[in-house]
Amino acid sequence: MTEIPLETLWVYLAARPLFWLTLTLLVWLGARRLQVWCGGMALLNPVVLTIAILIALLQLTHTPYAQYFDGAQFIHFLLGPATVALAIPLYRLRAELHVLALPIAVALIVGAVVAIVSAVGLAALFGADHAVLLSLAPKSVTTPVAMGIAEKLGGIPALTAALVVLTGLIGALFGVGLLRGIGIRDPAVIGVALGTAAHGMGTARAFQLGHREGAMAGLAMGLSAVLTALLLPLLPRGLALLGM
Amino acid sequence: MIQALTLILTCQLLGESIVLLFDLPLPGPVLGMLLLFLWLLVRGGVSVPVAEAADGLLAHLPLLFIPAGVGVMVHWALLRAHWQALGAALLLGTLIALVATALAMQVTLWLVRRVRAVRGRS
Repeated sequence: MTEIPLETLWVYLAARPLFWLTLTLLVWLGARRLQVWCGGMALLNPVVLTIAILIALLQLTHTPYAQYFDGAQFIHFLLGPATVALAIPLYRLRAELHVLALPIAVALIVGAVVAIVSAVGLAALFGADHAVLLSLAPKSVTTPVAMGIAEKLGGIPALTAALVVLTGLIGALFGVGLLRGIGIRDPAVIGVALGTAAHGMGTARAFQLGHREGAMAGLAMGLSAVLTALLLPLLPRGLALLGM
Repeated sequence: MIQALTLILTCQLLGESIVLLFDLPLPGPVLGMLLLFLWLLVRGGVSVPVAEAADGLLAHLPLLFIPAGVGVMVHWALLRAHWQALGAALLLGTLIALVATALAMQVTLWLVRRVRAVRGRS
């Protein structure tokens, strides 16, 4: 019997979609279990932990992201159908939607404007250049829309993609604690805030609280993407008025 | 199960096609969500398989963001070059946006309920 050297096995496995797909699932399940063991500590967010572990593994093994994505794309693909599936929890809430319509509309307009102005304003205070400001502006909306907006404005779409993910992580990590801290209890309000400020990752966090929160977040995510896409073409003119 | 998945994927496909055809500023799956919502309103209910497929997909929603999240590693150099401005904008900006959205909705909700209560009394 010929023995296969470990390195040969690694070279074989690392090039298979199956390896990185399975590893992503294993790390995810492990991270979730760890959080449960630690009494559900919010800061041990399994998404953050899984991403950190996977990046570390890829760096250690000098694996390019494209090779990882060959496997991980099967998980990534499910984002589309999952977004469509948000219609079901939304449908279950249809009886309440007419009471919530005006509050949601006001929240979306305020939220979309504040998300843009606060991000661009703070970065400008720290002396970020024009291209970075334009890349940052759509950070609170879902990735495909955000990248499209950044490109049209003259930002760097790749940078926007990374900023959108980080925004989502921050929203998922600190959002619920912050909102409860300022006395927000209404599930619909928590959902809309997470969906508006932290897009799909905020929506995923909202779903962990309950279907009401999740449905509201999904709706807010979709509508705030449209609103931001309509508002942001005004930004370069606004910056020009401020002499930037 | 397959019927339910086909319904969901068909809505997504229609959404993506309409967005592309009319150059709309929203992602295809989001339009797909609105199309499925309308379909359910027309049908007047959610069938058990569709509900099960949707709940199954949504139960692990955070997992679905991990491949994109790992993608942050590709832009590490760019992020590090501007870390102060980006750190402040991302952290504070996102928290400010969360609070502003929540307060705007809470206040409006309170006003709407107030108006309804007053109308209900008269």
